[in-house]
Amino acid sequence: MKKKMVGMLLCAAMVVSLIAGCGNSGADKEGSKAEDVKKADDSGKKVYALVTKSAGNPFMDIIAGGFTDVIEAAGGEVIVRHPEAATADAQVSVIQSLISQGVDSITVSANDQNALQAALEEAMDAGIKISGLDSATNADSRQVFVNQASDAEIGKTLMEAIYDIAGGEGQWAILSATSQATNQNAWIAAMQEAMKDDKYSKLELTEIAYGDDEPQKSTDQTQALLSKYPDLKVICSPTTVGINAAAKVLQDDHSSVKLTGLGLPSELAEYMGDGDDKSCPYMYLWNPIELGQLGGYTAMALVNGEITGAEGESFKAGDLGDYEIIKAKDGGTEVVLGPLFKFDSSNINEWKDVF
Amino acid sequence: MKKNKSILKTITTSREISLLVVLVLLCAAITIKSPSFMTYKSIIDMLRNNTVTMIMAVGMLGILLIGGIDISVASSLALSGMTAGMLMKYGVVKNVFLIFLIAMAIGGLCGLINGLVISRGKVLPIIATMGAMYVYRGLAYLVANNEWVSAEDLGTFSSFALDKFWGINYVIWVLIGVYALFFVMMKWTRLGRKVYAVGSNKEAASISGINISNVELFVYVMMGILAGICGTIAVSVYSSAQPNMLYGKEMDIIAACVIGGVSMSGGRGSVAGALLGGLVLAAIAKALPLVGIEAIAQNTVKGVIILVVIILNVITQRTIDRNNLKEREI
Repeated sequence: MKKKMVGMLLCAAMVVSLIAGCGNSGADKEGSKAEDVKKADDSGKKVYALVTKSAGNPFMDIIAGGFTDVIEAAGGEVIVRHPEAATADAQVSVIQSLISQGVDSITVSANDQNALQAALEEAMDAGIKISGLDSATNADSRQVFVNQASDAEIGKTLMEAIYDIAGGEGQWAILSATSQATNQNAWIAAMQEAMKDDKYSKLELTEIAYGDDEPQKSTDQTQALLSKYPDLKVICSPTTVGINAAAKVLQDDHSSVKLTGLGLPSELAEYMGDGDDKSCPYMYLWNPIELGQLGGYTAMALVNGEITGAEGESFKAGDLGDYEIIKAKDGGTEVVLGPLFKFDSSNINEWKDVF
Repeated sequence: MKKNKSILKTITTSREISLLVVLVLLCAAITIKSPSFMTYKSIIDMLRNNTVTMIMAVGMLGILLIGGIDISVASSLALSGMTAGMLMKYGVVKNVFLIFLIAMAIGGLCGLINGLVISRGKVLPIIATMGAMYVYRGLAYLVANNEWVSAEDLGTFSSFALDKFWGINYVIWVLIGVYALFFVMMKWTRLGRKVYAVGSNKEAASISGINISNVELFVYVMMGILAGICGTIAVSVYSSAQPNMLYGKEMDIIAACVIGGVSMSGGRGSVAGALLGGLVLAAIAKALPLVGIEAIAQNTVKGVIILVVIILNVITQRTIDRNNLKEREI
C-alpha cells in the first residue's frame, strides 16, 4: 500500500513539474500584452484601437505593424490590444475596456462571427466607429469589413498563374484540403468559373484531389496524381499544408510538374525558384502589412467622416490607392484589399523571415 | 507432445500466412487497375510515407498484447517531433544522431508517465492515455509557440529521408531495424515472452513470479521511445514540423494491429502480424487515389476494405481453432 502511494505521488510530481516547466514560455507572452497600451488622453489626437485575435501570433503582429504605421504617420494614436486567448470571451472584455477608455475607433479581427455583437453594438452606441479586418464579424456588428481578397479575385489570379506556368495548354490538377472546407470550395468554384474563359480552353483540369490538410495523405494524393497523369504540367494547391507536401514530393522526385497556389513564404522558401531543381516558380497570398495599412486608412476615414460604411462610398488609402466600399456576401459591406501578393524567387528571401 | 508442438507452430504461422495471401491479392487487384503501383519507386514511396504508422504499430502490439491501449501516441509523437524541429530551427542541436536521442528521451518520458500512471496508479489505460493525449498535444503547441518549422529551417536534416544506404532509404532502414529488433525480442527473449505471458493470463503470470507492473511499464516506455523515433522521422520525411502533426493517427496505428490479427483483449498477436497489418493499411492509402475512386468516397472504401480484411482474418482464425480442436479430438 505504501509503495503504491509513493508511486502515485511520483507520478503526480512528474506531471506537475512537466507542466510547471512549460508554463514559463506562456508567461513571457502575456508580459508583452500590456506594453502597447497607451492611455487615451485628451491631447486632441484621435485614438484608434486594434483588437487582434490573440497574443503571439506572428501574422497578427505584422498586421498590427501596418495598422500602426499609417495611423501614426497621419498623427493619430494607436492602441493595439492582444486578448489573452484566441477566444471571443477574451475579445469582449478587451472591447469593453476600450469603450470605457473612450477611443474613437475599434478595428477587430474576430475570433467568432457572432459572439462580439453585443459588445460592438454597445461601442457603436457610444459613437465609436467599428471596422473589421482579416476575420469578419457579422454584418450587424460593424460599419465595414476590410477583406484580404475576394473569391473571384483568387480564382482569376490562380487560373492566370496556371495558364502561365503550363505555357497556355495541358493538364493540371488541384490539391485541396478537405472536401468540406468552405473557403477552399469557394476558391475552387471561382477557379472553375474563371476557366470558362476561352483563353483557358486548352487547359484540362484532370482532378480535384483532397489531402485533408494532412502531410501524409497530401503526399499520397500528390504521388497518385503524378503516376495517374504522366502528362500533368501543373498542380495548384490553395492550402498551406497541401502546397507544402506537394512541393516536397515534386522537388524530391525532380519532377517536371510545377506547383502554384496559396502558401506561407517561410514554409515554401526551400522550394521556390525558377530552376528545374525547384518545384514552385511562384505562389500567392495576401500581404499582411498592406492589410494592416488598409485597416488603418479605413478606420481613419470612418472617424473623420469621409465614409460611413455604406455601399458605393469611396476613399483614398494613402499609397495603396483609392478603394470603394462594396456589398459583402454576408449582407454587410466590405473593402477588398485587391490583388493577391505574388511571392517568387526575387522576393522570397525578404518574406520568409516575415511570416 | 512433439506433434502438439508442430501443430501449435503451424497455427501461429498460418494466421500470418492467410493475411499475407490477402495482402498479395489486394496488391494484385490494385496493380491490375493501376500498373504503376507495383514499381520499385512506388513501393519505396509507399513505405517511406507509412513508416511512421508501421513503426508505431509494433509498439502498440506490445501494449495490446498485455490488454492495454495507448491513444496518446500521436500526441507524444508530435511533442517529440516538434521539440526536435525547434531545436534544429534554432541551431541548438545539429547532429542527427543526437536529435534522435533527444526525441527518444522525450517520447520515452511520455511513455514512462503513462506507464507509471497505469501500472502503479492502476488507472484504466484508455482513461490515462486519453488525459495524456491532451497534455502532450498541448505541450507540443507550447513548444511550437505559434511557430512552424519549415523545410528551410531544417537544412540538411531533410536529406535523412532522401539519402540511401545500399540503395535503400535511411528511413526504411530504421523501419527494418525496429522490426528486426522487435521480432527477436518478442520471440526469443525472456522479456518478450513475459509480455505474452502477462497478456494471456495475468494471474498465472503473477503466480509464476513475473512482476506484472514492470512488464506494463516496459511496454508503455517502449511505445514512447518509438513515438520519439517516429516524431523525428515524420519531421524529416515531410520536412516540416507543426504541433498538429499526425493528429488522429492513433486510430490508424491501432487499426494496423487489429488488421494484423492482434487481439484487443490481449495475449494474441505477433510482430509479423503488425507488419502485415501496417502494410495492408499502407497499400490501401497508396491505392485509393491511384485507382480512381472519387475523393469523397475514399474514406468509405477504406473502411469497407479494413472490415473485409478483418472478417476474413477472423474466419481464418476460427477455422484454425476448429481444426486444432478436431485434431486433438475435443
